[in-house]
Parts: sequence; C-alpha cells; structure tokens
Amino acid sequence: MQRKGAEILRDVLIDAGVDTIFGYPGGAVIPVFDVLVESSIRMVLPRHEQGAAHMADGYARATGKIGVCLSTSGPGATNLVTGIATAAFDSVPMLALTGQVKTPLIGNDAFQEADTTGITRPITKHNYLVKDVRDLARTLKEAIHIATSGRPGPVLVDLPLDVSTSSWDGEISGEVSIPGYRPNTVGHVRQIKAAADAINSSERPVIYAGGGVIIADAHQELAELAEKGNIPVTLTLLGLGALPGDSPRFLGMLGMHGTATANYCIQESDLIIAIGARFDDRITGRIDAFAPHAKIVHIDIDPTSISKNIRVHIPVVGDAKSILREVNKLLKPVERKGWFERISMWRAKHPMTFKENTLKPQYVVQEICRASREDTIIATEVGQNQMWAAQYYCFRRPRTILSSGGLGTMGYGFPAAIGAQFGCPGRLVWDIAGDGSFQMNIQELATAVGYNQPVKVAILNNGFLGMVRQWQELFFNKRYACTDLMANNPDFVKVAEAYGAHGMRVTERDQVRDAVEEAVKTEGPVVIDFRIDREENVFPMVPAGEAIDRMIGGMA
Amino acid sequence: MDDKRHLISVIVQNKAGVLARVAGLFSSRGFNIDSLAVGETEDPELSRVTMVTRGDEAVIEQIRKQLNRLIDVLRVHEFRSGEDYVERDLLLLRVNAPPGKRGEIMQVADIFRGKIVDVGVRHLMIELSGPESKINAMIDLMRPYGIKEMVRSGRIALARGNKSV
Ligand SMILES: Cc1ncc(C[n+]2csc(CCOP(=O)(O)OP(=O)(O)O)c2C)c(N)n1
Repeated sequence: MQRKGAEILRDVLIDAGVDTIFGYPGGAVIPVFDVLVESSIRMVLPRHEQGAAHMADGYARATGKIGVCLSTSGPGATNLVTGIATAAFDSVPMLALTGQVKTPLIGNDAFQEADTTGITRPITKHNYLVKDVRDLARTLKEAIHIATSGRPGPVLVDLPLDVSTSSWDGEISGEVSIPGYRPNTVGHVRQIKAAADAINSSERPVIYAGGGVIIADAHQELAELAEKGNIPVTLTLLGLGALPGDSPRFLGMLGMHGTATANYCIQESDLIIAIGARFDDRITGRIDAFAPHAKIVHIDIDPTSISKNIRVHIPVVGDAKSILREVNKLLKPVERKGWFERISMWRAKHPMTFKENTLKPQYVVQEICRASREDTIIATEVGQNQMWAAQYYCFRRPRTILSSGGLGTMGYGFPAAIGAQFGCPGRLVWDIAGDGSFQMNIQELATAVGYNQPVKVAILNNGFLGMVRQWQELFFNKRYACTDLMANNPDFVKVAEAYGAHGMRVTERDQVRDAVEEAVKTEGPVVIDFRIDREENVFPMVPAGEAIDRMIGGMA
Repeated sequence: MDDKRHLISVIVQNKAGVLARVAGLFSSRGFNIDSLAVGETEDPELSRVTMVTRGDEAVIEQIRKQLNRLIDVLRVHEFRSGEDYVERDLLLLRVNAPPGKRGEIMQVADIFRGKIVDVGVRHLMIELSGPESKINAMIDLMRPYGIKEMVRSGRIALARGNKSV
C-alpha cells in the first residue's frame, strides 16, 4: 500500500500506543499536521514549542509512557532545545519530531533551516535525520525503542519536508534490531551477592535512592529492601514518592536542602546503597568529605553513572527492579538498635520547622498536601518553590513529582503539569510555582483553558527570583542584583482571568486553607497568587562546596 | 593531572554523524584529540576510529564508558602498554634535495626503510610508515636538509595474534 511519509509516521505512532502529541505547526510540517489531525491521535497546540516539549515530558513522567512533541524546522526546533535537554538530564522517554527543509536544500541556508541534529546531538540519547522515506518507519521504531529502553531519554527525528510528502509502499517490519545498543539489564550474580553480604554485615547502612527507582518501577522492591533489611532511606528530589513520605524509615530528602537527619546519616553511615541515583554535586556537597566512613554499593542501569563522581566499591549494573528482587532474597534480619536510636535523636533534635507568624510558603505547601490525595501530581518550577515543595509535601506514590532536577529549568513546571493532566485525566495536578518561573511559560494558560485541563497553579509569590536572592543575601552581602521582580510583576489574578482561567489572591495565612479548597473544587484551571513573606529562605542549606553535614539555618 | 597518552580504538557503524558524536565526547570536555584515523573495516558497514588523546585516567575511563553508550558504537578498546599490538603512523615528506645531497638523503631514507615516491629536480618525496618514534627520528634527520612540506596520518593500531577488537 502506497503511503506518504506523514502517513507512515501516523501509523508507527499509533502502533506504538501514542495517543497525544504536543505540537506547534510551521511550513516544514504542515503535511504532517494535515495527516495527524485526521487520525485517532489527539493533537495539542501549546503556545510555545518549549511548552510542547515540557508537556511531553510531564506526560511521560506522570504516565511512564513515551511523550511526543512536534515542531517545525529552524526556530521551532531550536525552541524545543531547552525541553529536550531537560528531559535528557532527568532520563525522560521522549520522541521529539522536527520538520526540516527539503533534502536538496539542506546545508544551503534555506529559509528556516537549522542543523537540528547537530544542535541536539549532546542533549539527546540519539538522533536521526531521515533522508529517504524508505528509512522512515524503521527509524521511528528504533527511535521509540531507544527512548523507552535502558536508561530512557529523548530521541529526536528530523523529518525533511520531501520525506514526509513522498510515498513508499513497503511494509513496516516487526522487531527492531540495533547492533550497537544492548542495554545491560541483568545484574551480575556475584555483584548481587557481594551487595547483599555488605548489607547483612553493615551496622549503619542507609539507602540513597533516586529517580532511577521510579523509572525502573522498583518502588515495591525498594520498600521490601528497607523493611526486610531494616535500613533507613533517603531520596533525591527525583526519587520522592519512591518510598511513601510517611514511612517510618524515611529520612527525608538529602543534599543541599535535605534534612539534617538524612545528611548526618550519610556522613556517619558505614554503607551507602545507592539505587538509580548519580551522586550529583547537589547531593554530595564537597566530594572528598562525602560519607567518609562508607563503603558504597551502586545499583544503576547506566555504567557511566558508576564511579563518575564517587568511587564505588560494589557496582551492580542493570535493571534496579530485578537486581533488588535478587538482593532482597539474600537479606538477613539485623536489628541495628544503636543506629536507629541515633536517627531518632537527630529527628528529634532537627525537625523541619519554620516560623508561622506570617504567610509562609511552607505552610501553603502543607495545605496543598492536606487537600491532596495519594495520586495527586505536583509539578514544581525551579528555585525556592521547588525546594519547599520537596521538603513540605508528603509524596506518597511514584510518578507524583514532576520537577526539573538535573537541568533546573525555570518554566518547566506549568507546561509539565498540563502534560501530566492530559495523561492523567481526573487526577488533581498542581504546579507549585515561583513568580519568576511562572512567567517563563505563562502563555500556556491559553492551552490549559483551551483544552479545559484543570491544572492548579500555586504561585509562591515573593516578588523575587527568590533562590538567587537567597544566595545574594547569604553570600553576596545582600546585594540584590537583578532579582527584584516586584515592581513590574503583573497582576496574576487579572492575567489568569484574561486567559479565561480562575484567579485568586491570598495575602493572609488564615485564607490559605479555603483558597486551596476552592481551587480543588473549581472545575477549570486556577491560578492562586500567594503573597508570601518576601525574604523567607530555604533551610537547612549546605553552602555550595561544603561537606553535607555543614548545614546552615533552620537548625533548631 | 597525569596526562598519560591513550590509544583508543572504536568500532562504529559507518553512518553520517558518527564521527561528530565520538569527537564531541572529547571536545565537550575541552580535550584535544592528538591524532585521529578513520577507515572501513573488513565489514563495509563498520568503520574503525583510532584515536590518540591525553588525559587523566579517570576522565578517559569516563569517556570510554560514554563511547560505549553511543548507539552507533559497537566496541571500544584501549591499547595499553604491555599488550601485544602493532601501531603505525604514515608519513609523506617532501625535502629539499639538490643534486649534491640526493644520495645522502636516499641513504637515510633507506636506513628507515622509507620509500622514494616522487623525484623532482630539487626535491624528493619520502613515504615512511612505522611507530611514532621511528617517524620522529627520520624527521629529525631530514630537518637539516630543509623539509618543504610534510603530512602524517593519524595513528592506527591492531592487536597481534588471534585477538580481535
Ligand atoms: C531558565 C533558567 N534561568 C535561570 C535560572 C537560575 N535560577 C535558579 S532559581 C532562580 C529564581 C527563580 O525565581 P522564582 O521562579 O520566582 O522562584 P523562587 O526561587 O522565588 O521560589 C533563577 C533565576 C534557572 N534555573 N533557569
């Protein structure tokens, strides 16, 4: 059967189970849109290609399925770049489709031409320029396979206009085989045994788990490891929800804005069991002072993560779920009374607290949590809002936090929340935002309203680029260079209303609960402008480059 | 930093963009590639990229792992000292050779088992292959005559015996 490139694209995507595409049209992709809009796939039009990429990302993180975004050539493709890099850093399965000028024009500085595969090479797991319609089906299948397997990531396919419009009558053959790509999934038996032995003989072990546990769908195995092995657990930002936040063995997040208990635990432990985490500098602080007494077991599917920043003693490369299953079989009950007593002492001595005299962001987050369900999804922007969300919201399930951990992309949260809402209709989705970040993709209010996606935005409005201001306060003598937004911030209530969303303003502490409840009850998208204490800081904090037990602030 | 020399051999799919991916892992860290040779292998769908670079052991180890992670890379091997392998550079060198000096120059080339591949009125072109030290030694001996132009290929290397990379 003769099919045009665009029709082949449609068929491969439907075959792979794709039900939604976030795409923004332009000259090089009109024929693609023309076909897709007639198909069973739902086409979502954002207001900026960056929004499209983050929506695909949020959809993927919330559902576990591949997220698909689509743009035209040139500026459309370059506008996707931040979203692709964000997804790459946090291992999000994504298919980015970009239009390209006709093949004979490539390299000739044609109108709206960009070297898209060149630009995105370092920020994709892999990318392709399809130059012949006969290669299209196979390439797309490979792209989807690569994006979703092993350590997932974004794969970009660049589609010249003449490829999407020319015809081919070949068949899409079944399995893909990529000779250079065989992700190592089964852990080495001897390494698994060594890991279990180390755990059984450890007196002060701690589990440090990251987003990899959620990606591997290994949260149950993690819970079993903690319980059967009797081991405390700390999670990274992207790992939140991998173990319910109210579990007795949960220590809170670790690292720069982690809890004192988690950081002390790491520093005093004799064994760290790292799972699906990569010893990022926001976690380790000063590297040569990190966990000085600990032996390190590292379970990860990506060999490049192992011994990258910290020397690992027992690496186990492979899929966390199957490895943990095997490790769990070998665990022996160990009491570790002294260790848990020490942890209880830290918990009692250093609880997470804040002064409750004015409208505090931490309180807003607690109220959002109070009005949430287990399956509520929380997206965050970047900065203080992100850290307060991580510290004060109790994440009880995997795939309920959407946050740009690696790249730290302001403007991520709102479109990601919209994408998640498309993927999870009926669930409550919040974006916990800062006034700075929200303005980076505020135009997506049109998308939320237009498709009636009832996302709730809580702007923790301090009129500052708060996290930068905090650093300026603490380390730059309070010189607030270019961080005060107050004078020219818009009236967010009016902005929301102008787009057709519901807007609210909260200036007092005692209005918070009602406002949150009203937002949850409201059917469409809602924006709440919480006028929080302007100079509230995120504590505790480990100053950059210090050892992680050298925390400042917020220490009772 | 211990700036040890590393000789790395990579088998890749013979496709557009592969070399940029491989080179990108070095350039993004500000690493120079001292020498680079790319050519078809016994299987026309595969190419072998041979690279010489300098760097800290830990950084090179990380680059090796990242090379392995590239989809178009099939195998990565670092040739280490003590391993049994052959490594070669190829040199083409055009040297001033006035009639009075010609015999002398040809003799030097002969000692190194170089070949004369072009003869002009006032110059000779010599082709020489061998390990780096041999090539350097001949270049040093040719300098006094006046080297007009020269070109060296990237290093290539292959394991001896039955072991293949
Ligand atoms: C795209 C982008 N630009 C700049 C930064 C640097 N940055 C990190 S946090 C921050 C301030 C964020 O301000 P806001 O969104 O108001 O949140 P707050 O910290 O006040 O909660 C900035 C500018 C960034 N992370 N991302």
